Amino acid sequence: MHPADRRYTKTHEWLKVEGAEGRVGITHHAQDHLGDVVFVELPAVGKQVKQGEQLCVVESVKAVADCYSPASGKVVKVNKRLADSPELLNKDPHGEAWIAVIELGDPGEVSSLLDSASYDKFCEEESGH
Amino acid sequence: MEGLKKTPLYATHVKHGGRIVDFGGWALPVQFSGIKEEHLAVRNAAGLFDVSHMGEFIVQGMDALALVQRVTCNDIAKGFPGRVIYSPMCNERGGVVDDLMACCLEDGGYMLVVNAANIEKDFDWVTSHARGMSVTVRNVSAETGEVALQGPNSQAILQRLTDTDLSGMKYYRMKEGARVAGIRATVARTGYTGEDGFEVYCDAEYTPDIWDAIMDAGGDYGIVPCGLGARDTLRFEASMPLYGHELDDERTPLEAGLERFVSFDKGDYIGREALARQKAEGVKLRLIGFETVDRGGVPRAGYPVVCDGSVVGKVTSGNYSPTFDKNLGMAYVPAELAEPGRELGLDVRGRILRIRVVPLPFYKRGARK
Repeated sequence: MHPADRRYTKTHEWLKVEGAEGRVGITHHAQDHLGDVVFVELPAVGKQVKQGEQLCVVESVKAVADCYSPASGKVVKVNKRLADSPELLNKDPHGEAWIAVIELGDPGEVSSLLDSASYDKFCEEESGH
Repeated sequence: MEGLKKTPLYATHVKHGGRIVDFGGWALPVQFSGIKEEHLAVRNAAGLFDVSHMGEFIVQGMDALALVQRVTCNDIAKGFPGRVIYSPMCNERGGVVDDLMACCLEDGGYMLVVNAANIEKDFDWVTSHARGMSVTVRNVSAETGEVALQGPNSQAILQRLTDTDLSGMKYYRMKEGARVAGIRATVARTGYTGEDGFEVYCDAEYTPDIWDAIMDAGGDYGIVPCGLGARDTLRFEASMPLYGHELDDERTPLEAGLERFVSFDKGDYIGREALARQKAEGVKLRLIGFETVDRGGVPRAGYPVVCDGSVVGKVTSGNYSPTFDKNLGMAYVPAELAEPGRELGLDVRGRILRIRVVPLPFYKRGARK
């Protein structure tokens, strides 16, 4: 049920490779578990991140969640719409509510991420049913 | 969810898509359709909550009033059958053991309704102070089911299911031996949301029938099933204290802004002396409400409140408020920093956001619109 055009982390982020860059967001599964998103603390443009490091913070009514970078590199763009409309993350987590674009430091990292079928399976197992 | 206690409504919640979480050892739904949607349904129409995990003690006997008076701060002698009185229950230092509702029964006894997490502690506390009295205290929590129907449409919905005249029932009044959908129940006009509403107590085994009947009767009135998430955001907006957050063994009802529930002329009771002393000396800490001025995060319980570079307090509850579309919080701070309008700082993940003290409660029924 998660789109096949991108890769996934076990911490519920997605990465879509676009040439030398990667677009990053949180998954449908993640937003569903968080519930109503009310604040996104966006990363700074220019920030250097390593794969698995904290990229930003997403807050829902229910919880505060760290969002981790699926790949190493430099943040070159952030989705400023999320500052005013955090609820977009519930409506369109795989599309309009992308969080950041990263200039990929090591394109080889992408193969370490899950494909959509494996990620779907992982979510199912994690939910325990 | 193995090993967790289940309310009589567990199967009902699973069937209706409730997202079950571990809430202090209870398997309860945190949400059904979504916290925000459920929250706004209660403010504008109606919502139904499972609160069967709450504790109920029945106090009976010649000294029932004497015992209840001894363990509460409010004057329960003002009660009469059919009245419900909210009260803190204090320790000798004036700190709060729990907060409870004392429901005055027809036979002269009382039903004390206490927080789920405190049932054992409270029962020990109450019974330990009953020594030498002619009184019995029974913990009927396990055999008692309870649902809370909350929201402006509550009366219309419940009236479809009962002959008891609800329009004549005032806030904080109750009716024993009512019939709801043919089931014997106690109906109280109380709640924990800041809206009009009813809490219905019945035998545990009939709770699913009452739940289904109310959901059916509320279909035309926009009723939704609600979880603990919305229960918390609703009580938070109404600034009703939550034990373990605004109230604990250390903080007193005077510091918590609950002075109207503390009687100083009802005679002696546990904590009276400490509270009288604190009242005479003035409180050093006070519970404030605040809103964020800067953007940059949602206040959460435990976040430090700062003033001129020093930590002066801690957030007790904080969240995004669906009704006001603002980020709000409550915190204990030194009394001299508590006046509305004052700006303080909030440490959100190492960044200091400006916050402004605002009067409590945030939300009062009828004050909006």
